[in-house]
Amino acid sequence: MDEFMLIFRHQDGTKIASPEQIQIWMKQTMDWIGGIAAQNKFVEGNGLPFDDARVVWHNNVVTNGPFGEIKETLGGYIIVKADSVDEAVEFAKGCPVLQGEGNSVEVRRHARP
Amino acid sequence: MEQTGLIPHLFRTEFRKITSVLCKAFGIENIQVAEDIASETFLAALETWTYQSVPPNPSAWLYAVARNKALNYLRRNQLFAGKIALQIKQSGSGAEEMDIDLSDQHITDSQLQMLFAVCHPAIPAEAQVALALRILCGFGIEEIANAFLCSRETINKRLFRAKEKLRTENVSIVFPGEAEISKRLTTVLTTIYLLFNEGYYSESQDTVLREDLCQEAMRLACLLIEHEKTSLPDVNALLALMCFHASRFEARKDRNGEPVLYDDQDETRWNNDLIAKGAYFLHQASRGNKFSRYHLEATIAYWATRKADTKEKWENILQLYNLLLQTAYSPIAALNRTYALSKANGKTAAIAAAEKLQLTGNQYYYTLLGELYTGIDNDKARNHYEQAAAIAKTNADRQMIQQKIARLSQQG
Repeated sequence: MDEFMLIFRHQDGTKIASPEQIQIWMKQTMDWIGGIAAQNKFVEGNGLPFDDARVVWHNNVVTNGPFGEIKETLGGYIIVKADSVDEAVEFAKGCPVLQGEGNSVEVRRHARP
Repeated sequence: MEQTGLIPHLFRTEFRKITSVLCKAFGIENIQVAEDIASETFLAALETWTYQSVPPNPSAWLYAVARNKALNYLRRNQLFAGKIALQIKQSGSGAEEMDIDLSDQHITDSQLQMLFAVCHPAIPAEAQVALALRILCGFGIEEIANAFLCSRETINKRLFRAKEKLRTENVSIVFPGEAEISKRLTTVLTTIYLLFNEGYYSESQDTVLREDLCQEAMRLACLLIEHEKTSLPDVNALLALMCFHASRFEARKDRNGEPVLYDDQDETRWNNDLIAKGAYFLHQASRGNKFSRYHLEATIAYWATRKADTKEKWENILQLYNLLLQTAYSPIAALNRTYALSKANGKTAAIAAAEKLQLTGNQYYYTLLGELYTGIDNDKARNHYEQAAAIAKTNADRQMIQQKIARLSQQG
């Protein structure tokens, strides 16, 4: 069984939604992860808060966030166990992030399981 | 006769104390000697007290006899010529001066240190539980065999191997160092929890014995909590968890000893003292920022002590199971999580999640599916219940499933 990282790309939720809406997304995300964990396929995961984000460029140029140019920034990830990339994709399809148009979940195999 | 009840009672409370103290004095490699002397002490009590009167302070009598027997043993035996004699020579005292300390403080310390020794990571979990029952809880071989539903011979072998392992690994009876406590406690807590579950979920028909196992597990947790260095948040959380579960011990069985499901339990038979104790220890557990699986399980168990079927209750339980499964997966937690999902998010979502679990060897998986399909597709519900009945392990389980099928038929 391989490990895959599911990487969430989406807009900064706090900029476009009410705290109540974010609360709902949080619950949906926890239920989605709980469903994967109930199949004993969850390895780990974390959120990547947007505040205090920096990007370090060539020649050590540092800028705030990656937010200027791209709408779909990294918002978090989880790592799952799956027999194939297809199984990992099935997990990804349930991710609540995908409710937002233009958002995506990138599925990448771990080099070392 | 008065002593018919007194000796078994004293055996339960004093055997473990004497064994721990002697083992501490002799070293773990002589665990069998410690056990034998403790047993002989009780044999002497049985003989003496039957023909003469019971002494005014039976515990003190036992300690005095055990101390004499231990000192005699040290004087006479070849053990004396070996390791112990060498140690005593080095410390400049003879067997006469070597004291077998049976003060309350030393008993508590010895038992705590024995708990760590018995739960050494080198010993297989199953053997740890058996060893804990024998050495720390004073259970007889017969009782342990009954609790595990296996033969005396199996238990004897298991205990023998565990003692061999203690000897070969040279496990010392000491309190673990500051840096090690938390790591070593993990195994200790697992063993205590196993011991509790053995009592709580055992298929053994002996209710008194099963309740004893649960109480012993709670007593060992108390032993840790009474000691400053081991009264850590996860220990308190585990005790809270056990208190909440134990509060339903009475209500789980009807007058004929048949199991009663949670939904059908009479909550006036729940033990409010234990619920209050659980709440107290859960509160104690919330100091600090350590959050263990026991915290999650204790909080789930807390919600279970509130019978009312509120949205808030099931949403909380669902989120706790979501977290628990991320750190400690188990099939039963996965099934319980799916049940909570049906209560919080509805049956359709829960059926979809349940179908993905594929725990096809597990009777409770089919019981859950039967439950979820009831009222949605009763034919499917019946099919699942029948599959559950086909692989059910006990008659009681099978009867419970048959009742559910009967209820389905009444609904049409």
